[in-house]
Amino acid sequence: MNIQGFLTVLVDGLAYGMLLFLFSIGLSITLGLMRFINLAHGAFAMFGGYVMVVLVGSAGVPFLLALPVAFVATGVVGAALERTLITHIYRKSELQHVLFSIGLAFAAGAVANIVFGPQQQPIPLPEWASARVELLGTWTTGYRVFVMVAGVVALLALLALFHRTLFGARVRAAVDLRGTAESIGINVSRLFALTFGLGAACAGLGGALAVGFLGLDPSFPLKYLVIVLMVVAIGGPGSIMGSFVAALFLGAADALFKYYVPAVGGFVIYALLVLAMIFMPKGLARKGGGR
Amino acid sequence: MRTRPLHTSVRRQALRTLLAVSAGLIGLGGSPAQAADDLVVGTILPLSGTFADQGAHYETGMRLYQEINGMKAAGRDIKIVVKDDQGPGSGDLARRLTQELIARDKAELIVGYSFTPNAMAAATILTQAKTPGVIVNAMTSVLTEKSPYYTRISGTMPMVAYTQGQWAAKQGKKTAYVIVSDYAPGIDAETWFIKGFEAGGGKIVGKDRTPLSAMEYGPFLQRAIEAKPEVLFGFNPGGDVSIAFMKQAGARLKGTGIQLMVTGDVVDDNLLPAMGDAVDGVISAWHYQADIDNAANKAFLKAFQTKYGAGKLPSYRVVQGYDAMDMAYKALAKTGGKTGDAFMEAIKGLRMDSPRGPISIDPATRDIVQNIYIRRGVMVGGVAVNKPFATVEAVKDPAK
Repeated sequence: MNIQGFLTVLVDGLAYGMLLFLFSIGLSITLGLMRFINLAHGAFAMFGGYVMVVLVGSAGVPFLLALPVAFVATGVVGAALERTLITHIYRKSELQHVLFSIGLAFAAGAVANIVFGPQQQPIPLPEWASARVELLGTWTTGYRVFVMVAGVVALLALLALFHRTLFGARVRAAVDLRGTAESIGINVSRLFALTFGLGAACAGLGGALAVGFLGLDPSFPLKYLVIVLMVVAIGGPGSIMGSFVAALFLGAADALFKYYVPAVGGFVIYALLVLAMIFMPKGLARKGGGR
Repeated sequence: MRTRPLHTSVRRQALRTLLAVSAGLIGLGGSPAQAADDLVVGTILPLSGTFADQGAHYETGMRLYQEINGMKAAGRDIKIVVKDDQGPGSGDLARRLTQELIARDKAELIVGYSFTPNAMAAATILTQAKTPGVIVNAMTSVLTEKSPYYTRISGTMPMVAYTQGQWAAKQGKKTAYVIVSDYAPGIDAETWFIKGFEAGGGKIVGKDRTPLSAMEYGPFLQRAIEAKPEVLFGFNPGGDVSIAFMKQAGARLKGTGIQLMVTGDVVDDNLLPAMGDAVDGVISAWHYQADIDNAANKAFLKAFQTKYGAGKLPSYRVVQGYDAMDMAYKALAKTGGKTGDAFMEAIKGLRMDSPRGPISIDPATRDIVQNIYIRRGVMVGGVAVNKPFATVEAVKDPAK
């Protein structure tokens, strides 16, 4: 067995998995904690991507400075959208969640088409992004290492936020018993707007990082919907750690199967999804979606 | 844009009948929709969805041609009527739109079909209606055999891949690895590159087919690197897929000594900015790039840049749209404005000075004969450019 090849492919797969984690974590939060099926989640990722294109590509803002801007800007848009539109949808049926949000995704793609045109958006990456980095006895690019670090940082920050702060406790309380939470003075609707904004912001960050990796055009909101839903389904909605493990697992499994059995490699993760849904329908984190 | 509700079309039909009757009553006759001298060019392109970008390019080229050369050919007003077939996988829609254009809009000529399945589905309609169809892009070799009324202005995948394989072998390259997207044009590219390369004495050391929309090529590139070929030949469908492939291949192959070769659509001029320096040193083969030195291309570039801005470069798709109209105008001049069978006779052997160089239509196959350029990616002021450095002249489709 070729260890060098195995490691190279594994590292690439993990970097891709990290990107999937950043894409899907926001959806996992809104779906698991707020019970809102947001198929327009990819639109927030796309928004973050276009923020990067405008800032880095047109305005010449440094890459690392533009990332937090994309994160915050997408969060603000997400929260504003929650206040004005989505807040009316929560109490409706799940089918209406789906129809509403898929419509939103199409509309977002159409707006992007009008504003930016249908073509691929270029984005100049900094020097370090294409530099070779030695890792685990193999090498990868600086950009992939950066994506991996960003993924781990996002994981730790979100875990700390939801399990170690008052904000996290309030969100969990509001989700479990909304009426009681309100009666003890928690402003649940503001809390939900913040949480939704946070989910959108995470997607925006993922989208911003994806431009240099996967490219960006108006079909973005729908293109990654399937793989993002897979991560959330396998990870268990609402579970941050579950999404993390699922994303890394899918990224690595996909890469390794393509490497060793390229003829069927492309289908393996979908087979894994089917098996996962049969044998653990609530995902990796039974607790999260188990209620 | 897509399908009109039934009642509108019924109402329209009724209105048209009424108009026709009243026109007949006052002794005018003829179709009410167009003046007698109008010639409708029905155009079917993907103008919405993922492939809207490329559809817009062909239309740009067609309209640009009319702006330069006027709206009349052989004394007839040439009117372009555009319909949206939404991309590949909508063959039934392309077929219906073709029918609609011929029956309702009285189109005497169809220009369009970016994708093979759509051209495939429309073929029998053209045959029945005896209406010439100019394939503006779809590159599967067999298409022109599906209807005697088909001709093609783009090229075929075997034409490009075979030429490139032969050329690589002629440069003394002995071994190659092939990575293509797993769909019909990808398999065409794989088959004909291998044929060309082996005909020149080269040997294939391995090949992989990747899922059509795959964005992660690390595993496949690693397999290729381990096989230690001199050449890696790649083909994928353009857009973000090709950007991902090129970026990853650019980073992975650095320092391995493996020469990356792709067909020209993978490194389409309008994708180059998004690919960055990954294109540096990559060898591609194609029938057009902005950097061609001839009078037709100079005039074409000037007109394009006057309209769309000084720095802008047209893609090969714009040229194909432009040349499709050139073909229509030239053929109509020969037939004195007649379409149908006369038009098909006129295009056989037709020669044109295209921005891509001299092109002609093979009288036996109705397919295009053109130069294939071998280009190398070079960085000019931080932007990649495909620089042609060798020309294989008057290439016919090797598959026919």
